[in-house]
Amino acid sequence: MKILTKPKYIYYSSLIIFICLLLGLTIHTIIVLPERDHRDNLTPQIIQGKMVWEENNCIGCHTLLGEGAYFAPELGNIYKRRGGSHGGAYFIKAWLKAMPTNIPGRRQMPQFNLTDEELHALIAFLKWTSEINTSSWPPSEKG
Amino acid sequence: MSYSSQAIAKPYFTVAITLFAVQVLFGLIIGMQYVAINIEGIMFDTARLIHTNLLIIWLLFGFMGASYYIVPEEAEQELYNPKLAIQSLWLFLALTIITVLGYLLLPYATFAKITGNQFFPTMGREYLEQPTIIKLGIFAVLCAFTYNISMTILHGRKTIINLLLLTGIAGSTIVFIFAFYNSSNLVVAKYYRWWLIHFWFEGTWELIMEAILAYIIFKVTGNREIVEKWLYIIVAVTLTTVILGIGHHYYWIGVPEYWQWIGTLFSVFELLPFFFMLLFVFNVVNCTKCHSSNKALKLWALSTPIMAFLGAGVLGFLHTLAPINYYSHGTQITSAHGHLAFYSTYVMIVLAIISYTMPILQNNINNRIVQKLEILAFWLMTVSMSFMVLFIAVAGIMQVYIQRATDLALPFIEIQNSMMILYWLRGAGGLVFFIGVIIYIIGFFYNRHLAVD
Repeated sequence: MKILTKPKYIYYSSLIIFICLLLGLTIHTIIVLPERDHRDNLTPQIIQGKMVWEENNCIGCHTLLGEGAYFAPELGNIYKRRGGSHGGAYFIKAWLKAMPTNIPGRRQMPQFNLTDEELHALIAFLKWTSEINTSSWPPSEKG
Repeated sequence: MSYSSQAIAKPYFTVAITLFAVQVLFGLIIGMQYVAINIEGIMFDTARLIHTNLLIIWLLFGFMGASYYIVPEEAEQELYNPKLAIQSLWLFLALTIITVLGYLLLPYATFAKITGNQFFPTMGREYLEQPTIIKLGIFAVLCAFTYNISMTILHGRKTIINLLLLTGIAGSTIVFIFAFYNSSNLVVAKYYRWWLIHFWFEGTWELIMEAILAYIIFKVTGNREIVEKWLYIIVAVTLTTVILGIGHHYYWIGVPEYWQWIGTLFSVFELLPFFFMLLFVFNVVNCTKCHSSNKALKLWALSTPIMAFLGAGVLGFLHTLAPINYYSHGTQITSAHGHLAFYSTYVMIVLAIISYTMPILQNNINNRIVQKLEILAFWLMTVSMSFMVLFIAVAGIMQVYIQRATDLALPFIEIQNSMMILYWLRGAGGLVFFIGVIIYIIGFFYNRHLAVD
């Protein structure tokens, strides 16, 4: 049993030390986060938009800030990519309404039949997401 | 088999293997959609939901089966509540079938509506797409599992392998609580989602994997003392590296930049547990005489640490360094790493423990035909997976170069066609893998059929 006491000590102490470090870093992250995620701008519409995003399983094909599936383009910066305040919202709305494109040889996106309210909420959510400080990721505007 | 309740492992393994086949079938469907071969009525996201969700679920079935076999023997004690173990098997299977049918038959938005997602929104996040009520059911199954295992260990002998297994199981259950937290702030939601996903795939599951591997090596070599000594090192390294290793998921989701330094540093260290597992298996198996005549088992047990070192270790290490991840994040490279990492660590360890336990559970130790089928399946699956990963990784490098690294970056969809040859090759790899699974299944059920009662 002599051998066991020392590793056990390392086992528990390392666990506690690293959990404390993670909690400390998390507290710091949560404190400084409002500056980076501009949560002051969160509106009920944006929150509804996040729900539209989730309830249609958009990450089943797309990525959002790089997380999701890799079958369709990154959408974290789609609002900016498609013109930002100069037409970004208009483009996304027209695009979603035009699906599917039925262009042969091109991957098809389904028609989700979103209401105008849902569309505007989704666009507001994508606009808010594009303004998160992501340490200048993605490397190219193309996503 | 020393305790009758160990036989509960058998139905768990049967369900796991069946779901494995379904999971790979849907993987094949996804692979075909990449080369524009579509099946009417199955959207890409539906197939992917089933592919990723079933992966997690069948591996959990596998871990449960493994634990119900290992824990009673190590504790020298019958399972605390065998009835509960059987009941949770049926509950878990029912939840799985409802979820898969829901994905298949309903539009996802309808599935979300009728399960009341609007009252408690947890759906639509990668790996956590199940309806909230299904998540509650899974949590109940995990709690019953943890309770059963901990009571058995509490009343019996407390070996290092058992305690490690319990740590992994209890840890998995505890962090599953984060499945129910979904902040309306995307950054916060993403931050805590990783407390579940990262700690499962790189933490608690890794502990379970190490415990199963140690158990197999102990059974093959018969030397508990050496196995335990190595296990201490491996576990200590795992625990010290995995917790802050979570940083490598935090580079680009909106949290402060210091996570890039922390994530990169600990990603380097996250290679160590796999390195030690490699040293462990080859030192221990080389220096002692092997008792087992089960050739398939030796193949699984010896190649798991090699493949895990390459897939989860080296490939993960390369891809999670912040300056590289800046380019590779969210591309086919992520997919390549994910495939090899899951196959080499968790799939292989579950198939290894099945390879060890099934002949014992079936009273027909090392049937020659079953062994041959299993070894053939091993090579088909392992080689085709390696090539698949190679092809997707090359596609990913092309994608990064054309879409992200040049001044004249092209849009995502424009460059997908230029990678078509690689997607075809990957699809061929997927087909070979599926054939491997079919051969494995034939062996598995033939073995069950042979059972002498």
